[in-house]
Amino acid sequence: MINLNDILETIQMINQENLDIRTVTMGISLLDCADSDIHRSCEKVYEKITRLAGNLVQTGCDIETKYGIPIINKRISVTPIAMLAAASGGNPVLYAKALQRAADATGVNFIGGYSALVQKGFSAGDIELIRSIPEALSETDNICSSVNIGSTKAGINMDAVKLMGQVIRQTAEITADRDCIGCAKLVVFCNAPEDNPFMAGAFHGVGEPDCVIHVGVSGPGVVRCALQKCPDGDFGEIAEVIKKTAFKITRMGQLVGTEASARLGVPFGIVDLSLAPTPAVGDSVAYILEEMGLEKCGIHGTTAALALLNDAVKKGGVMASSSVGGLSGAFIPVTEDAGMIQAARSGDLSIEKLEAMTAVCSVGLDMIAVPGETPAETISAIIADEAAIGMVNSKTTAVRLIPAIGKKTGEELSFGGLLGSGPIMPLHLDRSCKKFIDRGGRIPAPLQSLKN
Amino acid sequence: MKTVISVIGKDAVGIIAKVSNVCAQNGVNIIDISQSVLQDMFVMVMLTDISNATCSFKDFSEHLQALGKEIGVDIHVMHEDIFNSMHRI
Repeated sequence: MINLNDILETIQMINQENLDIRTVTMGISLLDCADSDIHRSCEKVYEKITRLAGNLVQTGCDIETKYGIPIINKRISVTPIAMLAAASGGNPVLYAKALQRAADATGVNFIGGYSALVQKGFSAGDIELIRSIPEALSETDNICSSVNIGSTKAGINMDAVKLMGQVIRQTAEITADRDCIGCAKLVVFCNAPEDNPFMAGAFHGVGEPDCVIHVGVSGPGVVRCALQKCPDGDFGEIAEVIKKTAFKITRMGQLVGTEASARLGVPFGIVDLSLAPTPAVGDSVAYILEEMGLEKCGIHGTTAALALLNDAVKKGGVMASSSVGGLSGAFIPVTEDAGMIQAARSGDLSIEKLEAMTAVCSVGLDMIAVPGETPAETISAIIADEAAIGMVNSKTTAVRLIPAIGKKTGEELSFGGLLGSGPIMPLHLDRSCKKFIDRGGRIPAPLQSLKN
Repeated sequence: MKTVISVIGKDAVGIIAKVSNVCAQNGVNIIDISQSVLQDMFVMVMLTDISNATCSFKDFSEHLQALGKEIGVDIHVMHEDIFNSMHRI
C-alpha cells in the first residue's frame, strides 16, 4: 500500500498549501478557418472552437473529482488572430466577438490569441489588429491579447514598441470605468513562447498541432512550506528542497495532462511548471524569497534568491514530465502576489528592481499599476527596456502594465479575483523619452558570440 | 479502479464503522486499512476498489464528504494514481 506519510503530504499540499493545477489549456489552430469573407471566417472560428472544446470544462471538472486536485482554470489558446485578419480583411473586433461567443458557449474563463507577431515587421492584418486591441478588450470580458514585438533572432521592432505604448494607454482609457481592466488582459512579449498555457499571453503557435492540451501547474505555497522545514540549510540544500518539491508538483501536472488528453482524444502538449502566485496569503512567490532570509522582497539579494528559485524549479520539473514547455519558472505579477503587494506598498520593491528580477525569472514586468498620467512614450520605453533584456539573454520577457487613469502614485487599483490589487508604483515621469521612442525602425538582433 | 479514502480529524467512536458502512452500501470493496492517532488527531487511510461500485465515483465521493461533515472529520476520496505519480519514480 502507498505510504501513509506520502498520502498525508499530498493532502496537506492541496488543502493547506494551495497546491493546484492552475490551468488546463486547449490549443486550437484556426488556420483552416481563414476565409476571404470575415463573417464566414468568424462563423468557422466559433464552430471549430465549440466543436473541439465543448467538453473541455466538464472533463476538467471530472478529473478534479477523480484526483481530488483543484483545476482552477480551463482555457483555450488560438492561432494569432492577425493571421485570420490578413486573409479576411475587415474589422478584427468581429473576431474578438466571435471568440467571446465561443468562450460563453464552452464555459472557459479565457480565450487567448487576439495576437500579432511583429518582431521583424508588420504584415497584412497586423497593424489593423493591434489598433483594434483597445476596442476588442473593452467590448469582451474573456478574451486576452498579446503582441510579440521582439526576438533574439529578429531584434526589436521599435515601431511596434511605439504603437504598443499608445495601445496600452488607449486600452486603459477606454476601460477606465472598470479599473482599467483591459490592460490586465494585454501583454507585450519579446521571444513569446508558442505553447504557453498561461494568460494573458497564451496563443497557439503556427508550429503546433491542430489541437493540443497544455497544463500549467502552480504551487508557490508548497515550495515555501518545504523551505520552512529547512530553516538553516545552505543554498545547496535549499536548491535540493525546491527541486524535489517542483518534481512532485510537475508529476501531478503530467498526470492531469495525460488524463485530459486521453479523455478528450487530443494530443498532450506540454506541462508548464511555473510558480504562479495568487493574491491568497500563503500562495506567494515573494514569501518564498523572504523565507530564504530576505526581510522583504525587493531588497538587495532578491535577484540572486529568485535566480536560485527559478533554476531549481526547472531542474526539478524537467525530470518529472515527458515534455516541459511554455514559460516554466517563477512568475512575479505584482498585484497577484500578496508578498509583492506588501513590498510595493512599503516601498521596498521598485520597478527598477523588478526589471532586474525579470532578467533571471520566467516572465517580465507583470501586473504593475503605474500612474494614470504616464505618457505613451514612457510605456513604450519600459517595453523597450524589458524587450532588450529578453533579446540579449535569449529568454522570454513580457510587459503587462496598467496605467491607472485618474490615479496617482501611492493610490491603489483593485481588480478582485485572481488579478488582485496593488499600489500604483512610481516611475520617472519628470524626464521625457519621447525623442528616443519617436526614432522608430528596428534595433538589430544581438551578436550570439563574444558573450561578456 | 483503486481509490484512496483518507479521514483526518478528531478521534471519536465509530469513525471506521461509519466510513466502511458507506463503502458497503455502495458496493465498494476495502482492500487495506491503515490507521493511527497522532496527537489526538485521528488519521485513517483506506485503499478501496470501486470497479464494482453501484454509484458513480462522484456520488460516492459526495456521500463520504457529507458523512465527514456530519461527524466532524475531513474525508477525501482520491484516485491512487495521484499518490503513485507524485511519490514514486
